[in-house]
Amino acid sequence: MTEHAHPREVIRVENLVQTLGGQEILRGFSLKVYQGETLVLLGRSGGGKSVFLRHLIGLMQPVSGTVAVGQEVISGLQERELARVRRSMGMLFQNGALFDSMTVADNVAFPLRERGETDEGIVTAKVEEALQMVDLAGHQAKMPVNLSGGMRKRVALARALVNQPRCMLYDEPTAGLDPIVADSIDLLIRRLQRKLGVTSIVVTHDMKSTFTIADHVALLHEGRCYFYGTCDQLRASTDPVIRDFVEGRSHDEP
Amino acid sequence: MAPARYVGDLVFSFARYLGDLALLAGETLRGIFHGEVRPQLVVQQIYEVGFRSQLVVLITGAFTGAVFATQTYFQFHRLQMDAAVGPVVSVSMFRELGPVLCGLMVAGRVGAAMSAELGTMKVTEQLDALRALAVHPVDYLVVPRFLAMLVSMPLLVAECIGVGILAAYLLTTQVLGVSETYYVHNMLHFTGGRDVAMGLIKGMVFGVVIVFVSCHQGLNAREGAVGVGRATTEAVVIGSLFILVVNFFLTMTLNIFFPAGK
Repeated sequence: MTEHAHPREVIRVENLVQTLGGQEILRGFSLKVYQGETLVLLGRSGGGKSVFLRHLIGLMQPVSGTVAVGQEVISGLQERELARVRRSMGMLFQNGALFDSMTVADNVAFPLRERGETDEGIVTAKVEEALQMVDLAGHQAKMPVNLSGGMRKRVALARALVNQPRCMLYDEPTAGLDPIVADSIDLLIRRLQRKLGVTSIVVTHDMKSTFTIADHVALLHEGRCYFYGTCDQLRASTDPVIRDFVEGRSHDEP
Repeated sequence: MAPARYVGDLVFSFARYLGDLALLAGETLRGIFHGEVRPQLVVQQIYEVGFRSQLVVLITGAFTGAVFATQTYFQFHRLQMDAAVGPVVSVSMFRELGPVLCGLMVAGRVGAAMSAELGTMKVTEQLDALRALAVHPVDYLVVPRFLAMLVSMPLLVAECIGVGILAAYLLTTQVLGVSETYYVHNMLHFTGGRDVAMGLIKGMVFGVVIVFVSCHQGLNAREGAVGVGRATTEAVVIGSLFILVVNFFLTMTLNIFFPAGK
């Protein structure tokens, strides 16, 4: 009974430790993400948020600690074994990471073709649908080099979503976008969650975006999870570190 | 103690580098045996690696054959052995000059391109994007290049050798006045299947060396544009040096199986 009363854990991270260039970036970070929720991870630039996100899809292996997706512990798996887990996940990279030798359509079609879709009619229809979702229909023939930063990010989002992943990882999805497009991305994340039950983990600095999309918020501070709670708990917090972050105060002399 | 430590570090680094290359080769073979071969990409790479390298290789072969024939003629002419130019050029082109020079040219043209392409993909997170999309970068990038090189390199070496021998024949018989009949007869008499086999095997091995060295440099590129530049330079330098060193050992080994002369 009690087991069903709680939502199922999709991602479980325990005591994650990671060092880069001799510096300890994550110092025992622990976090749980539940099915169908949107978790926003906040933190200072260079604080290790993206590094953390990369562990969730096996792009980095921890120095110590555990990362589990569903029932499977993925930390320590070989590259070929990780493919199985990655098929149910999608990731939006900070700079899009589009394949620059392919057109927009080929970029979005890439995951479909790689998973064996040979009917080009279906591929074209799904690509168009995915591009419509990010408001980029009609740009199929363009090369990534001819797109603005925001457009590249939206194409990357379409590519990540085209296979309808159960879990999405977003690395700064609204950074560098105009406020209107940023808002449409926020609404898209919300829509995916409500309609398809997609679990999302969003790394961002954008507080407006956070309050729009988050079910839970975690604050990464000095390599550890400093705060975990709802948006209301975040707003109500009187902790100086949290207040500084939420209100954007630096304490530097003018 | 310091020089000993330096040499020790150097040997250790080299052994580790060879180990990395072996791991990459193992992963590539594993990809092939797992059926992760994308025929469309292999054909595309054959076009890039093989078809588009032809001009460079043909010019290299033609002028190498011509200049080697000229030098040999001037030496042999004093001994009245003009007709021996044919077999000397032909055997040398098959056994050494063709595969080695072709290999060096391909290392420069194709190896640099492979390393730069993969390196750029690495520093712009495109390799991570591949991995996040559940595609193994070795399967998608290295396997097609490896298979394309296995097909293309023997053909490129054969072209290089053929055009070198043709250039030498035309120069020696039409310009330097050596008898065509004696030239061709001697050439065919002293050149055999063993020479052809040696040239093609060497070409194939050099192709494999170029692919793994270049892809390894590209996949491990670091630090943005500077890193890609460094990876590209190192791919060409290491690839070329490997070709020269491997050629020596191949010559020693293959001479056991395909001894020179009849």
